[in-house]
Amino acid sequence: MIQVIFAAGFVVIAPFAGGMLAGLDRIITARMQGRKGPPIIQPFWDVAKLLRKENLIISRYQQIYLYCFLIFTVFTGALFFSGGDFLIVLFAFTLADIFFIMSGFVANSPYSHIGSERELIQMMAHEPVVLLSAVGMYIVTGNFHVSAIAGYPEPLLVFLPGIFISFIFILLMKLRKSPFDLSMSHHAHQELVRGIITEYSGRTLAIVEISHWYENVLLFSFLYLFFASSPIISAVILLLVFFLQILIDNSTSRLKYEAALKVSWMVTIGFGVLNILILALLKNLGAMPAGIVP
Amino acid sequence: MSALSKSPWIVHYNSSSCNGCDIEVLATLTPLYDVERFGIINTGNPKHADILLVTGGVNSQSRKVLETIYNQMPHPKVVVAVGICAATGGIFRECYNILGGAEKAVPVDVYVPGCAARPESIIDGVIQGLAVLEEKRKQFRKKKDAYRLTYEYLTGKTDAE
Repeated sequence: MIQVIFAAGFVVIAPFAGGMLAGLDRIITARMQGRKGPPIIQPFWDVAKLLRKENLIISRYQQIYLYCFLIFTVFTGALFFSGGDFLIVLFAFTLADIFFIMSGFVANSPYSHIGSERELIQMMAHEPVVLLSAVGMYIVTGNFHVSAIAGYPEPLLVFLPGIFISFIFILLMKLRKSPFDLSMSHHAHQELVRGIITEYSGRTLAIVEISHWYENVLLFSFLYLFFASSPIISAVILLLVFFLQILIDNSTSRLKYEAALKVSWMVTIGFGVLNILILALLKNLGAMPAGIVP
Repeated sequence: MSALSKSPWIVHYNSSSCNGCDIEVLATLTPLYDVERFGIINTGNPKHADILLVTGGVNSQSRKVLETIYNQMPHPKVVVAVGICAATGGIFRECYNILGGAEKAVPVDVYVPGCAARPESIIDGVIQGLAVLEEKRKQFRKKKDAYRLTYEYLTGKTDAE
């Protein structure tokens, strides 16, 4: 019963939380640039406006793919918050992203096509870390279920520091922040205009925005799993990570996709895989601290 | 005020301007004026935009581009002509290649005078454009034929007239 309440809570609350996060993001960005910035509820005004605009239909499949993107993102979140299998959560999350990429391909525009191709390449860059984090959590807790991972008495960060670092790294990619905003940037002044969503307007664009709010809340929830045992510390660290990614967004220029792929794989292998190897070694030697499920 | 005037997104097109007005348009984004306070964003994408800012007189080459940008914008939309060149052709009016102001290509709703137009007056022009946007929104709702407009867009027929 409690799981259903949690899942329903995510479906209802996440868009508000995601919109507020987006508003906060814009205010902090403005302050970093010496500006005052918009009110915190500005993203809600934007979406309300987009819903009032004309919806230019560019392809009959565009709505199908984008609604699938929204539905699967919400489904992923509901599954996560109901304490389901973390692997299924990650696969559903990837599937949602695939639908978003497909929506970029249906538009007959070079900008959204190249944006979708780059998003696919970015997926190659960030999916290994996402899977490694699930593997790492399994090695420590002996369980793939989110409820069991969240209920683990020790903070997972102690055992998975490398995976945590690589997860923060790919978070920039998933949030489409600079230097990894190559598939769709937040401002349409680059060579790709706005990448995947260049051709979308009105209600369609509003759906994309709302889906991204869900997605962002979900990503920070994934991060929460690393220190689920102590909510206060985790809140502080999540805010720090949120601030850090805005700082990086404002102080770096975008990378080429080759460089992005190379750097992310280096981080994945250097931190993530090394972390897993050391963890597995310690486990085989029987040198793991008390509390670890064998 | 509806949500429409709370988040006007702008696309800016320079149709043969001398760059004076363009610099002033960009100046409104800087910390001194910071139009993002009002939710105004300079998008580079006509499909996301509500307000088209035109600077400079229209010549035979930029006319087609300006029309295309206007037709790509979803309804309701407003055109603000910034600077005296966009209003009448200005100092370049007598040039052999200049057709005149922005109204030679697209229907202009607000004229912002000045050479170059000051950032304050550009912001003021956009704010006046918001009232027009609200009005157009009402007309757009009365029509209730967004799909016809979409069809017109897809078939390349202009509804500018």
